[in-house]
Amino acid sequence: MHAEPLLAVDRLRVEFPTRHGTLIAVHDVSFDIAEGEVLGVVGESGAGKSITGAAVIGLIDPPGRIAGGEIRLSGRRIDNLPYDAMRKLRGREIGAVFQDPLTSLNPLYTIGRQLTETIRTHLPMTAGAAQARAVSLLEEVGITAAARRFDQYPHQFSGGMRQRVVIALALAAQPKLIIADEPTTALDVSIQAQIIELIKRLARDHGTAVMLVTHDMGVIAETADRVAVMYAGRIVELGPVADVIHRPAHPYTAGLMGSIPSIKAERDRLTQIDGAMPRLRAVPSGCAFHPRCPLAIERCRVERPNLEDVGATRAACWRPAR
Amino acid sequence: MSDALVTLEDVVRTFDVSPPWLDRVLERQPRALLRAVDGVTLSIARGETLGLVGESGCGKSTLARVIVGLYAPTEGRVIFDGVVIGGDGAGAAAAQRAARRGMQMIFQDPYASLNPRWRVADIVAEPVRALAPDTPREAIDARVAALLAQVGLAPADGVKYPHQFSGGQRQRISIARALSTQPRFLICDEPTSALDVSVQAQVLNLMRDLQQRMGLTYLFISHNLAVVHHIADRVGVMYLGRIVEIAPKQRLFARPRHPYTRMLLDAVPDLAMTGVSRVAVAGDVPNPLAPPPGCTFHPRCPWANDRCRHEVPLLMPLAGERPGGAAVACHAVEEGRLDGARAASAT
Repeated sequence: MHAEPLLAVDRLRVEFPTRHGTLIAVHDVSFDIAEGEVLGVVGESGAGKSITGAAVIGLIDPPGRIAGGEIRLSGRRIDNLPYDAMRKLRGREIGAVFQDPLTSLNPLYTIGRQLTETIRTHLPMTAGAAQARAVSLLEEVGITAAARRFDQYPHQFSGGMRQRVVIALALAAQPKLIIADEPTTALDVSIQAQIIELIKRLARDHGTAVMLVTHDMGVIAETADRVAVMYAGRIVELGPVADVIHRPAHPYTAGLMGSIPSIKAERDRLTQIDGAMPRLRAVPSGCAFHPRCPLAIERCRVERPNLEDVGATRAACWRPAR
Repeated sequence: MSDALVTLEDVVRTFDVSPPWLDRVLERQPRALLRAVDGVTLSIARGETLGLVGESGCGKSTLARVIVGLYAPTEGRVIFDGVVIGGDGAGAAAAQRAARRGMQMIFQDPYASLNPRWRVADIVAEPVRALAPDTPREAIDARVAALLAQVGLAPADGVKYPHQFSGGQRQRISIARALSTQPRFLICDEPTSALDVSVQAQVLNLMRDLQQRMGLTYLFISHNLAVVHHIADRVGVMYLGRIVEIAPKQRLFARPRHPYTRMLLDAVPDLAMTGVSRVAVAGDVPNPLAPPPGCTFHPRCPWANDRCRHEVPLLMPLAGERPGGAAVACHAVEEGRLDGARAASAT
């Protein structure tokens, strides 16, 4: 990276103190996102991908806390901002889109009111200008008859339309970065395809950087420029999307890709990774994946690998496939 | 077809979603009937896996519940292994109950479908106790141990509670419970949707192994086309309560005929699609309370014409197909308006 990336996350560590000791949900995670780039963050439940997104936007629920590392947005450190400063930043510079569009919207207010309120919180605009901007935002995310729907309530919108409204809300103040946490998971495939298209267009046309957190590799394949694969709180592989998907270096990535059924390929059996993601309370020694790894050797049990360049991607593995 | 294990004849299931009587009278509103399943005819052969796909609200789960007997069909009938078990001409209750013993259901959410206060052994044994109460205790215990081993769990796991298992293991427990009465037919309603992909692969592989070993017949319902593509022999596509296309798997995925099937297949995000851009489909599933007239897909269909807006298309076997083979409900396909258009739409 020659220029300062828009978002730089450096050795981020997120801890949750519990009665049974401190759990480390995100461990030494480093990545960056450039302007207009879509970074996919994938992993199975419990990998730490959503917590990583929440850390960037300063929404980790106590007692969880950022215990180490740095997060910089356009060169400015944002992980140690006081509450009020972070609140101003949220929405203004970082927008968020979450999985369930119904819980992200207030059922008691019209779509228009929620949009204009958000716009006026962050931008110095008159009510009329804010309303005009709200309508144009709704049009931009593909809501037809936006002026008429402006005065409707969330329950009058379908799931896909609600998610568009949430994306319009996230865009309200023209943030530089959008954190999208499973934005298509609650939607049907035909609607999902529309939302994917919308996210790609935003990154392309506005230069918005997108951190796309999802468990759906198909969505990542079509949307992301680069992918970070997480396992047990760490990034195990990071690289351009085509390389990670088609030429994975880490055995976990390879297993994950092989376990996904495809409509383009005929296979008798899916690749099976036996076992399950370890609990945070009992992360195995050495490489956390070694108990499930078909290639594990003695070294994997005792020594933890770091992310190293392996061909086109970076992988944390002692026996990478390349 | 003589080898059919399950046959549905014109099954309709409506739900009364009218406002309360007083509101209706005061506000002069009519009754509101939701036709969740609107005339479905199909059959499932022995040892076959029929996949059923469609978006939320298309009626696929309602259809599953009608087959298993959780809902009675409003019209039409359900025939299982030669016995009418639902609808017109259903046999005596005892005969129905005996026939139903041959089918079991696996549900989507392995967290909600297992009783958290019961030990796994009791959960797995419950169908046996309910359907064959005079089975001796030792026989039940031996059966539970064998079932747990069959789905890849240890017989010693029987003394544990569901919360001690992960999602994938819980779904294995659900499968063991479903198999405990030695059914021939399993209805699986989104069995892997709540699971992570690596765990989903384990469960799908297990289901395939069990089918080969025990000669099971599956009705596999999912919104995930890739999963259905992997597991099914034949696939039916549902839209607003009707089957719009049904065909052998290879045929359906290689040459989809109905415009809705084409749209769905085009919309699936796939690993093979890195860096490919595509035209997104417009529109939403219409309100099932007020479905569009004619073909219910016509407002979203690029090939719709006047006939589509007025006349409901019937599920017709494709030219040159034997009855029971590939069938499509589309005027445009029937009239041959579509095949030339395929090339134009692909560009």
